[in-house]
Amino acid sequence: MGDKTKIKKTTIMLFFITLLMFGFGYAMVPLYDVFCQITGLNGKTVNVVTETNEKRIVSDRIVRVQFDSNVNGDLPWRMKAKQVIMNVQPGKFYEATYTVENMYNGDVVGQAIPSVMPGEASLYFKKSECFCFVNQLLAAGETKEMVVRFEVDKDLPEDVDLLTLSYTFFRAKPDNS
Amino acid sequence: MSTLAHDHDHAPSGIKRWIFSTNHKDIGTLYLIFALTMFFVGGAMAMIIRAELFQPGLQFVDPQFYNSMVTVHALIMIFGAVMPAGVGLANWMIPLMIGAPDMALPRMNNMSFWILPFGFALLISTLFMEGGGPAGGWTMYPPLVLQTGQAFPFLIFAIHFLGISSIMGAINIIATVFNMRAPGMSLMQMPLFVWTWVITSFLLIASLPVLAGAVTMLLTDKYFGTSFFDAAGGGDPVMFQHIFWFFGHPEVYILALPAFGIISQVIPAFARKPLFGYASMVYATASIAILSFVVWAHHMFTVGMPLKGELFFMYATMLIAVPTGVKVFNWMATMWRGSMTFETPMLFAIAFVILFTIGGFSGLMLGMTPVDFQYHDTYFVVAHFHYVLLTGAIFALMSAAYYWLPKWTGYMYDEKLGKIHFWLSTISANVLFFPQHFLGLAGMPRRIPDYNIQFADFNMVSSIGGFAYGLSQLLFVYIVIKCALGGKKAKDRVWEGAKGLEWYVPSPAPHHTFETPPKLTKEMLEH
Repeated sequence: MGDKTKIKKTTIMLFFITLLMFGFGYAMVPLYDVFCQITGLNGKTVNVVTETNEKRIVSDRIVRVQFDSNVNGDLPWRMKAKQVIMNVQPGKFYEATYTVENMYNGDVVGQAIPSVMPGEASLYFKKSECFCFVNQLLAAGETKEMVVRFEVDKDLPEDVDLLTLSYTFFRAKPDNS
Repeated sequence: MSTLAHDHDHAPSGIKRWIFSTNHKDIGTLYLIFALTMFFVGGAMAMIIRAELFQPGLQFVDPQFYNSMVTVHALIMIFGAVMPAGVGLANWMIPLMIGAPDMALPRMNNMSFWILPFGFALLISTLFMEGGGPAGGWTMYPPLVLQTGQAFPFLIFAIHFLGISSIMGAINIIATVFNMRAPGMSLMQMPLFVWTWVITSFLLIASLPVLAGAVTMLLTDKYFGTSFFDAAGGGDPVMFQHIFWFFGHPEVYILALPAFGIISQVIPAFARKPLFGYASMVYATASIAILSFVVWAHHMFTVGMPLKGELFFMYATMLIAVPTGVKVFNWMATMWRGSMTFETPMLFAIAFVILFTIGGFSGLMLGMTPVDFQYHDTYFVVAHFHYVLLTGAIFALMSAAYYWLPKWTGYMYDEKLGKIHFWLSTISANVLFFPQHFLGLAGMPRRIPDYNIQFADFNMVSSIGGFAYGLSQLLFVYIVIKCALGGKKAKDRVWEGAKGLEWYVPSPAPHHTFETPPKLTKEMLEH
């Protein structure tokens, strides 16, 4: 009993669903990235703007930006923000500086990964210049000042009055330059 | 074709019978024995955990080994005990319940079983490797899990094996149920155990491939320089949690739905009343399954989600309580004014309804975002999922074992010993897990070998319950062996009130049943 061709048909269909779901697992990777970029959810959104000379509208709101820094355990570096907190006016460009030191007796290449909290504010945090745009090479024992130029967009939601900009320095992956 | 069938009648004897078997009953037996063995392997690990937690401080094992015990205990109990036991029951009972001669794909059935011992050999071998077994928790969150030593690729490939085995089992079950039902049995006339397994099978083929993908990504992240979860290369470790729990939440229903099916068979039999609300049971099971794909992030409320996301996942989680409530209501309504008797299967079934509901309520508490921030990663979570998995899934499996054991062996089990086993299990399981609620609410974190002195008393009580529970399961093995060897002859219809096709075949069920489809009468289709 049990029609052989019907069983075969069901089985093939079910194997196909299995393959499809395996593919879906991988499809979640780009979907996740797109979703995060649209919504700014994981705070990694990089908004690059170019500064122009035209006159800008500067809001008279004051929001606070906190600076945080971390170094991944694999990287023998030290990193410290020169300023803990800044009061900024949305629409205006500011510069923040981090001091980064290589404590290893050899050259090391690092890559900083930014994150902005709260997530919904990350869409309004824009950078014109950042040490996180490229890999950073530090010679043995070298100390470097690293600069980020940013503005907070004037359309920042009313309920956000504190943003945290956090960087984590990782050892750069060889193929990621 | 007929010669082949003829060969099967002279079942090969000795070890070959089991290695080459394509008979659903033999394979079902293999699955059940394997699951019981793994239940004791995983249980031994739980005993090590409880021994270490008996008192504060480090007594017996070092923290790394403790953590690998926690990790491997979970993997073995989920993939080695509960899932194979469910598949074993499905193999044994589904063809009997729908009047089919065997599973639709008997050779694949053989393969899907025999992959399991190899998968677990890989997994357990990691405990003897340099650097120890996987110790990052069964959830395998990166970057922690990427620090696993030589055990790592073994862990990943073991998971691939177990996944492939379960997917093949699931495909087989769906192919059987959709194509091999006795003429005249419509989908809405199938026993509920069959229904829950069809839905579980769909969950398996929809969610396990996603896990396979996630662990493959971990593997390539560690060895082939990809950056799926590595922030340095532009990946995001939180994404792993999303992908993992997209599998992980349906997985908890993969463990629970077959248990619902078992209970829906057992309670009507001993209440001597038809199952209340059959159709609503089917729809409730299906809605639980569908909802299980949209609630995954309630496992990770604390990763820093936006408010809207947390609200969505909180409400979706609460929503699952509705179909689950329908099921609990139906079980109680089935018992209402029934002429109940309390044989061992019924005792386990009633304990399931009560204790699973307690686990469900603590689940509701965990599902509320604001309070989850306090409960997250504490012993409250441990208490919750052991109530739904041990006094839930395992109790249902015990109920099923007692319910169908006479059909499998042809002999009645020792009812008195069965009841002793039930009471020992129920009391000790509650002594074991109830205090863990209090520990969790007081802030004791999970996956830690040592703890603050303030948690000492409850941990000692919990450990005593643990040892008692572990020991009382040895009684179960004794009961099963005793029943297999002999005893009072079982009738074909073992239980007076039992409904369904499986009771129309002799006890013990012969090697081949329903080779010609049964002529269904109205009585045979009752629930």
